Amino acid sequence: MNLCALTIHEARASLGAGHVTATALTRACLTRIHALNPRLNAFLTVNADEALQQAAAADERLRREGAAAFNDQPLLGVPLGIKDVLSTRGLRTTAGSRILEHYTPAWDATCVARLRAAGAVLLGKTNTDEFAMGSSTENSAFGVTRNPWDEARVPGGSSGGSAAAVAADLCCAALGSDTGGSVRQPAALCGITGLKNSYGRVSRYGLIAYASSLDSVGVLAKDARDAAIMLEVIAGHDPHDSTSAARPVEGWEQALNGDIRGLRIGVPREYFIPGMQPEVTEAVRAGIETLRSLGASVIDISLPSTTLALPVYYLIATAEASANLARFDSVRYGLRVPGADLVDTYRKTRGAGFGAEVKRRIMLGTYALSAGYYDAYYVRAQKVRTLIKQEFERAFAQVDLIVAPTSPTTAFKIGEKADDPIQMYLSDIFTLTMNLAGICGVSIPCGFDTAGLPIGMQLMGAAFDEKTVLRAADAFQRNTEWHLRKPAL
Amino acid sequence: MEYEVVIGMETHVEQSTHSKMFCSCSASFFGAEPNTNVCPTCLGMPGALPVINQRAVEFCIMVGLALNCKIARHTFWERKSYWYPDLPKGYQISQYQCPLCYDGYIDVDVRDLSSGNWTETHYRKRIRIRRAHLEEDTGKLAHAGNVSFVDYNRSGVPLIEIVTEPDIASADEAYAYLSALRDIVRYLGVSSGDMEKGALRGEPNMSLRPKGSDTFGTKVEIKNLNSLRAVRDSIAYEIKRQSRLLDEGDQIRQVTLGWDDARGVTVIQREKEEAHDYRYFPEPDLPPLVIDDTWLEAIRARMPELPLAKNDRFMRDFGLSGYDAMVLTKDRATAEYFEKVVAALCGEKNQGLQAAAKSAANWVTGELFRLMGATGAGIEHVKVDPAQLAGLIQLVDNKTININTARQVFEEMFASGRDAGAIVEAKGLAQVNDEATLSKVVEEVLDANPQQAQAYLAGNEKLFQFLVGQTMKRTKGKGNPQVLQGLLKAALDKRRSQ
Ligand SMILES: [Zn+2]
Repeated sequence: MNLCALTIHEARASLGAGHVTATALTRACLTRIHALNPRLNAFLTVNADEALQQAAAADERLRREGAAAFNDQPLLGVPLGIKDVLSTRGLRTTAGSRILEHYTPAWDATCVARLRAAGAVLLGKTNTDEFAMGSSTENSAFGVTRNPWDEARVPGGSSGGSAAAVAADLCCAALGSDTGGSVRQPAALCGITGLKNSYGRVSRYGLIAYASSLDSVGVLAKDARDAAIMLEVIAGHDPHDSTSAARPVEGWEQALNGDIRGLRIGVPREYFIPGMQPEVTEAVRAGIETLRSLGASVIDISLPSTTLALPVYYLIATAEASANLARFDSVRYGLRVPGADLVDTYRKTRGAGFGAEVKRRIMLGTYALSAGYYDAYYVRAQKVRTLIKQEFERAFAQVDLIVAPTSPTTAFKIGEKADDPIQMYLSDIFTLTMNLAGICGVSIPCGFDTAGLPIGMQLMGAAFDEKTVLRAADAFQRNTEWHLRKPAL
Repeated sequence: MEYEVVIGMETHVEQSTHSKMFCSCSASFFGAEPNTNVCPTCLGMPGALPVINQRAVEFCIMVGLALNCKIARHTFWERKSYWYPDLPKGYQISQYQCPLCYDGYIDVDVRDLSSGNWTETHYRKRIRIRRAHLEEDTGKLAHAGNVSFVDYNRSGVPLIEIVTEPDIASADEAYAYLSALRDIVRYLGVSSGDMEKGALRGEPNMSLRPKGSDTFGTKVEIKNLNSLRAVRDSIAYEIKRQSRLLDEGDQIRQVTLGWDDARGVTVIQREKEEAHDYRYFPEPDLPPLVIDDTWLEAIRARMPELPLAKNDRFMRDFGLSGYDAMVLTKDRATAEYFEKVVAALCGEKNQGLQAAAKSAANWVTGELFRLMGATGAGIEHVKVDPAQLAGLIQLVDNKTININTARQVFEEMFASGRDAGAIVEAKGLAQVNDEATLSKVVEEVLDANPQQAQAYLAGNEKLFQFLVGQTMKRTKGKGNPQVLQGLLKAALDKRRSQ
């Protein structure tokens, strides 16, 4: 048995029954990371010593209490990866940037603290586009992550490290962050399950901010059940994050009953556009048919504001980013390149510390907020954002779920779009609308193209309706095998 | 030419909340070891988020209500972006488009301060308040040679920014405005108001124009003023300087000035800068701020009577002079102390209210202030409670002791906190009012000083006081002075007629 291939629920069963120890499971993951990470570059920092200590502590408790220990520590002994934009106490957190290359936080992000409290084993930090800005991990200062299905291709981004790590069985599951598709798009490109939570569902405290009103912490997992298990641990109000919702943590795993009869599914015509890879269209259409065969009813709907989402997203996200990244001034932490005076030090530090894409977005955002342009760009974009939100609200009065492709294409070649930001931005065209609306969704594998690359299908739910999203994804996975396929490594 | 000055004032009030505005660090930065009251949020660490301190919002609303402002019921926070090492996030969380409080006014009593003393002559002036909003303070820089250090203890301390309309028309008015504002924030318990410690920072912007003109002249700003006097003196100095320049046909340059207290002159700190683009936009990390009726009314219900209202009531109900009312209402605890003395003297029926208020005012502004001044004790540390002071006043009123003895007794009370009655009894200080006893004393004095008595009768009236003094001496100061004087007069008259 390949221990690393276990899902969380499988690992729990084995651990609880005493068939495997957390230490063995953790060692297996560390061994596989050791073997494969030089090729994949999924992990930036491996936390081997602490992980083994956590595993030993888990074994101690499991020996005493057996499966009962999972009642209050649902992730006891389960090895996980953490995207490197989430603060981890005592563990280097780079955000994929030179400017934080040697930065070690003194505190945990709330979601990380909750993973620790749930008994998880933290294997290490996974690669990301710099400050989560990107769709391929090519913007990481520490090298691209390679797609386990084809190492010449990108894993998607920005949570590409987490997606590749899960797809390559380097860990059971991983945390990611999703600002415009950064969990769902790499999940699609790597053939795994990616859950983007409703805005406010999971605390952002300790998530290094890209665009505060769009950022959400998400889960990259091997199936929908694992995503539900993870969500139950990390969700819930956090007094440290004023934008985290005061919503109760629901029994999402419990709600996975496989029954989607009567579920109304909307298929938006704006998400099937000319120019997208035909195999993606076919696979998603077939996936929709599967859902229909399981008892769901399918309705054609229209979300006309979708076409405005891309410019709106790039105005709001970059505006917020331009302010969020102002704190990297070399005064208190991070890289410092001394200059002739204060301003020169700022210039040199940020010039050397930030990559091209980050600089591009800071400049875009600064411009959009400048006197004379603010009303035309930022204010206008916020108005359109409100329209997009309302459009989704109207749609969800009609349907329970909206189904669409996650990405217009399967994984593209490393370097293929690196010099063309617009082409790169277009790879998020189906995902970023959801962030503007603050709703939730999951990307699940629904087929493969002729090159053997996975295709993702996106199930979108109303804000805070993770229950329906996960239930439908799980029902789909009970009746399909796409999510069980593994890359040959 | 004759000029008139147009002054607007921008004031920052450092709140004395327990914790900072967006984190739970202690807000008492003054004197603390550098960078000890800090956390990820007020250090601007990656991933840290702000959480509103409700208390700070309430404090700002209280100041707004005291300044007769409208209170925004639905407002939001904004980021103000600029670079400086004392600003850890690279932006300050502030308010720009929708200030929490707006369109208010404050009435202030303006006094002619040229003599350096408070006087009774004054007029009341209304100064409009444009806005008062809440923001976070920055850290502090310290320079040593070409190295600079940053202390973030002050970073994130709640600050209220109050901006007036350009309604202030003299240095004295500016003084009166800031002084009234300081009294108010102290009354509300919102801030220490200490300008010396930077807890209240008033920055006037001013321009001169020919009297009667309706266009504005070139504006200068004065910063880093750390006392009310510096505010008044710097403005007075600038009025003179600019008048002279304008008379000579020179231009006024648009600059930011500082004040050299030692030399009594303004100094240029910065030439006119490029208009700064702060790129304000709504703070996405904080939900909009909604002030509902319940909250606002709860805050309103907690508002104390403010200094000016108290001042006017003291004059009206207690019949106090403008001066007494002003010094008694400047500080809330003093005013409350005074009112408690009056209440203890009058009882529930308010009998003899104005007389009681007059003697209470005399004692508080006289002996009490004198001893507080001499010992440096604040009113909250005074050992004599209001009921005890009333007890002392009653001993004078019912002639148990005379006024001179009362002053001695009060000094003892101030030092020990004992009751007046106990001190009088222990030291045998009770006044002698008995006429038979005192007549005997008078006769003894006249017998002992025949020459002086003779001289008085011969027309040297000044010697009467000498003889009174002798009777007081013989009674060890305990003789009732009025009775003694009456008896002495009668005895002398009797001798004259003999
Ligand atoms: Zn703090």
